[in-house]
Amino acid sequence: MSVDLEHYLIVGAILFATGIYLALAKRNFVGVLMGIELMFNAVNLTFVSFSRFVESSSPLDGHVFVIFVITVAAAEAATALALAVLLYRVRETIDVDRIDLLKW
Amino acid sequence: MMEDTGPVVAFWILAAITVGSALMVVAVRNLVHAVVYLILSFVGIGGLYITLSADFVAVTQILIYAGAISVLLLFAIVLTPRGSRDNAESFLRLPAVLVALLVGITLGYVALDTDWSIAGRGGFEETASEIGELLLDKYVLPFEIASVLLLVAMMGAIVIVRPEGTMEPVDPSTRLRTGFAQDGEAEA
Amino acid sequence: MRLDAAWYDLRDIGNAVGALLEQIREWGAPDWVPYVTSSVIAIVGILLWTVLSVLAFIWIERRVVGLMQNRIGPNRVGPAGLLQPVADALKLLMKEAITTRNADKTLFWLAPIVVFIPTMVVFAVIPFGEKMVLADLNVGVLFLIAIGSINTIAVFMAGWSSNNKYALLGAMRTIAMLISYEIIQVLVLLGAVLFVGSMRLGDIVAWQDDYGVWLLFLQPLGVMGYVIAGAVEMNRSPMDIAEAESEIVAGYHTEYGGIKFGFFYQAEYLAGFAIAAVIVSLYMGGWTLWGLEEWVPGWLIFLAKMYGVFFIYIWSRGTLPRLRVDQLMAFAWKFLLPLALLNVLVVGGEVLLWQEQDLSSGEALPLFGAVNFGLAVALVIGWALALGHRRPEKVAHRAILTQELGAIFYGDIAPRP
Repeated sequence: MSVDLEHYLIVGAILFATGIYLALAKRNFVGVLMGIELMFNAVNLTFVSFSRFVESSSPLDGHVFVIFVITVAAAEAATALALAVLLYRVRETIDVDRIDLLKW
Repeated sequence: MMEDTGPVVAFWILAAITVGSALMVVAVRNLVHAVVYLILSFVGIGGLYITLSADFVAVTQILIYAGAISVLLLFAIVLTPRGSRDNAESFLRLPAVLVALLVGITLGYVALDTDWSIAGRGGFEETASEIGELLLDKYVLPFEIASVLLLVAMMGAIVIVRPEGTMEPVDPSTRLRTGFAQDGEAEA
Repeated sequence: MRLDAAWYDLRDIGNAVGALLEQIREWGAPDWVPYVTSSVIAIVGILLWTVLSVLAFIWIERRVVGLMQNRIGPNRVGPAGLLQPVADALKLLMKEAITTRNADKTLFWLAPIVVFIPTMVVFAVIPFGEKMVLADLNVGVLFLIAIGSINTIAVFMAGWSSNNKYALLGAMRTIAMLISYEIIQVLVLLGAVLFVGSMRLGDIVAWQDDYGVWLLFLQPLGVMGYVIAGAVEMNRSPMDIAEAESEIVAGYHTEYGGIKFGFFYQAEYLAGFAIAAVIVSLYMGGWTLWGLEEWVPGWLIFLAKMYGVFFIYIWSRGTLPRLRVDQLMAFAWKFLLPLALLNVLVVGGEVLLWQEQDLSSGEALPLFGAVNFGLAVALVIGWALALGHRRPEKVAHRAILTQELGAIFYGDIAPRP
């Protein structure tokens, strides 16, 4: 029994789908952020598995891209959580159901 | 293709841990438990990187995701005491399930159906030095932009969370002399 | 004159293990059996040795700190108090491990385990001898830092699940301290890695052996930064603001009793050994001692050096007063971080000079050592002065009460600053 590229891609697809569900369906803003981080991780896993298995002239480009994705994800998490804390300060809640001032 | 028993067993165990923890993040009814399961899934993904012989990326993943971003998430939970902690779903439950299933099935089908050109080489020997060379040679512009991005994000986060107004200035003559040169005070 | 690397060559226990693995392969076992056997032997060895060392050092620390504080330490239990650690362990095992009523039960019992695991995993990459490394990873140094950063999660879990606002506050303060000093750790270890050109701990020890110099002499700022950052990572006095008895009750492990507290206690000592082992491997030559390792076993030299470094930590506990948490954070961000960045810059320049000019090691390294030492002294004194610290006699030492009373008594003569 051997492990191929397809196995890793399926794992990445499952994680990505779970991340999309979390990002769309959770009520707490931190839950939405957890979904986004999970999506980043799924994409990183796909990059690294392509870099390992697929023919390429410069295979480590995948790893470099993963490092950039991790960096940007860290910056984005910091900013998003700062916004969450500010939102809590103003609205006393971080339920995405109740932050609906722009509702028509 | 990895055929030795070791990496295959490791892959199945780690994939089970990762996917299981990700599904538990959806299912648990306590937000802090959900974050702990998310941390477990990050560590599982780090393990999967090691089976793909990506040692530098695996250690970076554990250092940044399990060590820093998780702490950010936990701090946000602590700093929002009246936010809902029961990890409930919003009113978009059903559309979200449909979208997630659609995306997952599409990705899975594309992954299984495409004919990837698999390389014959095995795993990498040591990735850190080559990643370093690539970062400073071919990808030096994104590298510098990423550092500026981090600086801007850090400053932005601090500015966003600063309290309203400034604190009133302290009268220097009533400060306790502690040996640090205070603002506006000349050293004796 | 080196003995043959036979199985009875005690200078490197890896020889005996290697002979055993050869024997297993001759018996025709599949490929993974020798691998698993060597891993199991190494893991059992590390576990036994660390637990016994912790027991021994509980006694040593209490006696040494007692002697420094001009009192005898524990001397009742057994001859000269040598069974005191056994008594401590038995007490912790037999005490009732209470779980508070509204505590988060799963996280409550998980936190001591998650605190304990990273401190043990760190020993996997440390070279005790030439063939005595459990896993000589290519990214060993980064692995150490990454595993150390899992401590923050464990501390948060302990503080949160106690359902106690002071425990949570203590956990927050501890996490703030830990993440600040993690950054310092990464930057100073980068200096050592730049000289060697590899992140593998075995390579770093071999470099120090080849060039015959300890990285201690070439990286004074690095050693200073790592010793201080290490003291914070193990929550040890003078930086134990988060968990000392007279402070915020006991910080994040207030609600823990019995064997759960025993895990935290042991994890603190193990973290101390881990950091001492890292300092010895990276900065003090590891298991080599300029040729002595031909007669004395390398792992004995390593253990002696490691215990020596840990003794310095015990010494600083008995001598220095505790720092406040804002003093700690100011020290990390305002003082150590710029110094660490300048250290990386200077070391990078030196390594570049070394490679470009193709200098021999005999003339380059003493020059670099002297420059680094001079720079370290100048930076420490200069930066402290620039931040506004002065010598104590130039600082006012009269309290506000006396000033105000003096102003009332003597009228409007301005008080002496």
